[in-house]
Amino acid sequence: MTVKSDESATPKRRSRNPRDAALAWVRRGEWEPVLGVISVTALLVLWQVAAWTGLTNELYSSSPIGIFEAGKEYVTSPDFVTDLSVSGQEFVVGVGIAVLVGIPLGLAMGWYRWVNAMLDPIVTFAYASPRVAIMPLLTIWFGIDKTSKVALVFLMAIFPIVINTSMGVRQIDVALLRVAKSFNASDWKICRTVILPGAVPSIISGLRLAIGVGLIGIVVGEFVAATAGIGHMMQEASGRFQTDLVFVGLFLLAGTGVLLTSLLRRLEKKFEVWRPSLNS
Amino acid sequence: MTTIDTRPPKLVADGLSIEYQVKRSGERFQAVKDITFEVSPESFTCIVGASGCGKSTFLSAVAGLLPYTGGSLSLDGRLITGPGNDRAVVFQTPALLPWRNVLGNVVYGLELRGTPEAQARVKAQEMIKLVGLAGNENRFPHELSGGMQQRVNLARALAADPELLLLDEPFAALDAITREVMQGELLDIWQKTRKTALFVTHQIDEAVFLADRIVVLSRGPGSVVTAVVDVDFPRPRTDAVRRSPEFLAKVDEVWALIKG
Ligand SMILES: Nc1ncnc2c1ncn2[C@@H]1O[C@H](COP(=O)(O)OP(=O)(O)O)[C@@H](O)[C@H]1O
Ligand SMILES: [Mg+2]
Repeated sequence: MTVKSDESATPKRRSRNPRDAALAWVRRGEWEPVLGVISVTALLVLWQVAAWTGLTNELYSSSPIGIFEAGKEYVTSPDFVTDLSVSGQEFVVGVGIAVLVGIPLGLAMGWYRWVNAMLDPIVTFAYASPRVAIMPLLTIWFGIDKTSKVALVFLMAIFPIVINTSMGVRQIDVALLRVAKSFNASDWKICRTVILPGAVPSIISGLRLAIGVGLIGIVVGEFVAATAGIGHMMQEASGRFQTDLVFVGLFLLAGTGVLLTSLLRRLEKKFEVWRPSLNS
Repeated sequence: MTTIDTRPPKLVADGLSIEYQVKRSGERFQAVKDITFEVSPESFTCIVGASGCGKSTFLSAVAGLLPYTGGSLSLDGRLITGPGNDRAVVFQTPALLPWRNVLGNVVYGLELRGTPEAQARVKAQEMIKLVGLAGNENRFPHELSGGMQQRVNLARALAADPELLLLDEPFAALDAITREVMQGELLDIWQKTRKTALFVTHQIDEAVFLADRIVVLSRGPGSVVTAVVDVDFPRPRTDAVRRSPEFLAKVDEVWALIKG
């Protein structure tokens, strides 16, 4: 009797038994990424086999091994460093300015009715229009150097940030505002302690969208007019029929997108310790 | 039993009226027409009335969150013109910052008022202990029961050390058992801190159990004070008071006044 209750009082954290451990692993859902690895591997193998057997023409659709070889060569060439640094700068500066301008603007639009009334038509119009179409104009204004791409990335990224931030502000619980006001809080303190933290989840959603459209901005911008950059490299490779190399650029961009999104996800988790989790 | 209080009243409401501007029609809606009563220092006053009679409206005006349109409202002889450090509100919903833990929420009021951080934390810890939440400092609001959340709400207001504590139906959303427990604990805390308290409720037995004095409001809109009833059961009050015939008689008396 006593022994039994002792045992239940101190449940073992981890079972030594491998079968139990495996079951626990399944229950925790850690096998889920394995499924993803399997499907991706299958796709790559199919692609490679199709190329080998002549089912597809490697000249047009390339093959995983071909892309890997081209990638190895490109990454060790000096062009890679130049392209990466050019595209990287365009992206970081463009998105950076969009964040610095977009968040305060979104906060102001969410908080002050008159700011919203003034800017909403412009923001809605700009958000709904295909903003990449402005690139030819930007080349006239800023030339074919990095500046025109920074401008495009900025224009692509700022609107989702503004819209999501202002939406986040408008969703804030008015009861929390009343509490802050009852303690005689200044507008600045209300902003810092209620509005900004309350809007964080929406701001992060905005950033996620901004990263996606910012990457589009770089590529399209460099397709239109550039002297260096990943998008420029892809454009040139395409002209020379180097399908492998075009794919290398594509994967570099996709990888960057995945990397940045997962970094953002970690940032989100940091802000979300206070949220009830779905599993509990 | 009744000692004459010669001190000036803490809060004076004199012919107070409050109107809302109705958004769609632009008309004015008079929620409260004529409220006149006084609150003595260190007393516990309850305001009772049916839902929608303007209890929260009145309390918001005392908190300085809502302008009044007629009459006057003064605290310690000074007209109330906005929120101030001399008042703190325990709201109907816990209204806790979901991204802050218990300690962070209790410290919040002091932080807004610019109290030095170390000092604010000490004070907050003290209040957390007072409301019976010691050991829960690091838990987040979603990890607390409704009763515990209201304790945090109360601790946050008490930490601000107000002259006048305003409570807006703080136990209305709790189950009957928790509500009784919390009423008892609130009285214990009040006994210790002796803050002048103004407590709004629609539950008559709650008002009778807690109050020295009950202000009965008529049905809205345009509510007025129907009656002021003194309650002089000895303190400290225990749950035994609730079962006494005098208690039930008092509840009936207030009931009759409300039905008018
Ligand atoms: N912001 C508002 N605008 C217009 N009318 C309101 C507003 N808030 C409350 N009222 C009205 O004022 C009256 C009193 O409301 P309230 O003070 O919340 O009542 P109680 O707290 O006694 O239930 C109600 O008729 C309600 O509809
Ligand atoms: Mg109310």
